[in-house]
Amino acid sequence: MKDNQQTQPLLQVKNLKQYFQLNNGFFSTQVLKAVDDISFDINKGETLGLVGESGCGKTTAGRSILQLYKPTAGEVIFDGKKIEGKATIEAYRQKATMVFQDPYSSLDPRMTVSDIIGEPLDVQNLVSNAAERRERILDLMDKVGLNSEHAARYAHEFSGGQRQRVGIARALATKPEFIVCDEPVSALDVSIQAQIINMFEQLQENMGLTYLFIAHDLLVVRHISDRIAVMYLGHLVELADTDAICDRPLHPYTRALMSAVPMPDPKVARANKRIALSGEIPSPLHAPKGCPFHTRCPHATDACKESMPELKEVESGRLVACHRALEIN
Amino acid sequence: MSEEAKKEGQSVPENVAPASLTAADFAPADEKEKEYMVKMRPQTTAFKDGIRRLRKNKVAMVSFWVIVLITLCALIIPIFWPYQYEAMLGMTPGKPVDASFQNLKPMTYSATELTRIEAGEKVFPHLFGTDSSGRDYFIRVVYGTRISLAVGFFASLIVLVIGLLVGAISGYAGGKVDLVIMRIVDIIYSLPDMLMVILLATVLKQAIGDSLEGTVLARIGSNIISLFIVFALLYWVSMARLVRGQILSLREQEYVLAAQAAGAKGSWVIRKHLIPNCVSVIVISTALQIPSAIFTESYLSFLGLGVNAPMPSLGSLASDALNGITSYPYRLVIPAIVISLIVLSLNLFGDGLRDAFDPKLNG
Repeated sequence: MKDNQQTQPLLQVKNLKQYFQLNNGFFSTQVLKAVDDISFDINKGETLGLVGESGCGKTTAGRSILQLYKPTAGEVIFDGKKIEGKATIEAYRQKATMVFQDPYSSLDPRMTVSDIIGEPLDVQNLVSNAAERRERILDLMDKVGLNSEHAARYAHEFSGGQRQRVGIARALATKPEFIVCDEPVSALDVSIQAQIINMFEQLQENMGLTYLFIAHDLLVVRHISDRIAVMYLGHLVELADTDAICDRPLHPYTRALMSAVPMPDPKVARANKRIALSGEIPSPLHAPKGCPFHTRCPHATDACKESMPELKEVESGRLVACHRALEIN
Repeated sequence: MSEEAKKEGQSVPENVAPASLTAADFAPADEKEKEYMVKMRPQTTAFKDGIRRLRKNKVAMVSFWVIVLITLCALIIPIFWPYQYEAMLGMTPGKPVDASFQNLKPMTYSATELTRIEAGEKVFPHLFGTDSSGRDYFIRVVYGTRISLAVGFFASLIVLVIGLLVGAISGYAGGKVDLVIMRIVDIIYSLPDMLMVILLATVLKQAIGDSLEGTVLARIGSNIISLFIVFALLYWVSMARLVRGQILSLREQEYVLAAQAAGAKGSWVIRKHLIPNCVSVIVISTALQIPSAIFTESYLSFLGLGVNAPMPSLGSLASDALNGITSYPYRLVIPAIVISLIVLSLNLFGDGLRDAFDPKLNG
């Protein structure tokens, strides 16, 4: 566990909301609250893992933090500056980049690897001539472990792991400080996952990067993250240091989540009692009133159905959004 | 048999026996071998693959060479042919009209030419005879082909440019812009094609006829210009729809999001990602647009709305031939065959292109 409390956070997310208007039919519109009021800080050099079920808004959160969607409300403060308006967003694009989930659809099949990696440089006019561009691209390819002979090839000639390396090289092209990794390894097989994860860690060490690591594979997140944030239905339900959250989860949802982690050791696995949640995750279109988790929570009371719990600091550095967090543990 | 089996049984283990392997067999590949192995798997692109598939398609290749042949003929023959398409043979200013030049059958000569041949002069034959004004019919067909092809290519080009632009903007912008553009497209779609073409061609002929005097465009003729305008106004809609549909599906791809995350603007995304990825569909539908443009030009010319006289087009030649259809049926048959040949081979080639470059489109 690193001691990052004293340093100024690199990225601050304050009350970020991302709603989508859905047009169904001619006149009726519905509001989909993909991300509903989340706040957190990420310190320089740390990795914050963001976990949750499919459809809980992890990816949307990552994208609106990068201003790929215009947030409905809330602030993103990067390096002390609020991201707002064209000029700050343009500068922000250079400092904050993204690695995508699907290494197949995130690379344009009509472009060569060197053009894909060089795209951010071209778009932001960061290189003055072709020789410099080529040098930077080859340097990036070297950093992510790609052979320079591959520069002229097309993405479809590579395996999934190599493609993901291309995607990472692209994210590194503008010399960013902060990278949103949107499930970067979930489309890869396990042995390749390990390689890519190790590469992420190495790059972080060498380049002083800060990651927001979005994933649903808890083992991966546990391995790479300094702190973990858990999302449920667009809300942040728990945020704490990795060890704390993995050993002693406080929120009932996190507990269920952690108990579902597959254990490689069968003895440990048998000893672990799995908390099975009943029911499905509710549709974010019809989010339940009160605590979003009360429909599936084994500890829910009437109060949970009525009022929404706030994300409160229950211990130092531990934030939990549950009325009964202290009672049930 | 048992002896043979025995022999083989003995010889097989001998071949793969570990004893026969030496250290040299495990030596790393030298440069020459490496080069050979690299050559084993040549780099391919989607484009090269497409060309390879196209080459295998015999029908498409035959059609392709037919188009090339017809185009070359239409371009080259008028250069050295001794007759002009607009020259009325037997008509010399200040002299009475030599009627023997008119309505010649194929490969026959007029009375004047026969006397010249008897005098030992060489006279170039009229391959397809002459028409009722004494103009060499072969050169008129060749010239008509040239006009028809030119109209086909340029009209498709206009359709391509407008359709691509409108479709790309509509698909990429989405929302209200898309809604408005698509309603306009729907309106144009719902108008009866043929009626609109005829009305527009008639009106435009009047409207722009005079203003062209003295300009370069006068040589092309007001009718062809109005034809192009008709194409520009009406026929872009299907191309626009096609491109929009493609772009709608492509813009959801993650690489578009990646470009946006890098700070790319709309025009960059359209130019670098969206259009290159739907180029095969565009090329194919343009190739299929050419014959339809040629066909439209032909029927407009047939109705008297096509090219200005004396310029021939395949349609106007067929139309003129109607007057003497009982005596000179070949004058209708020849341009009709040429039209059919062009349209058929362009269509077949377009189909071949589609099969080769976009297997998904093939329904």
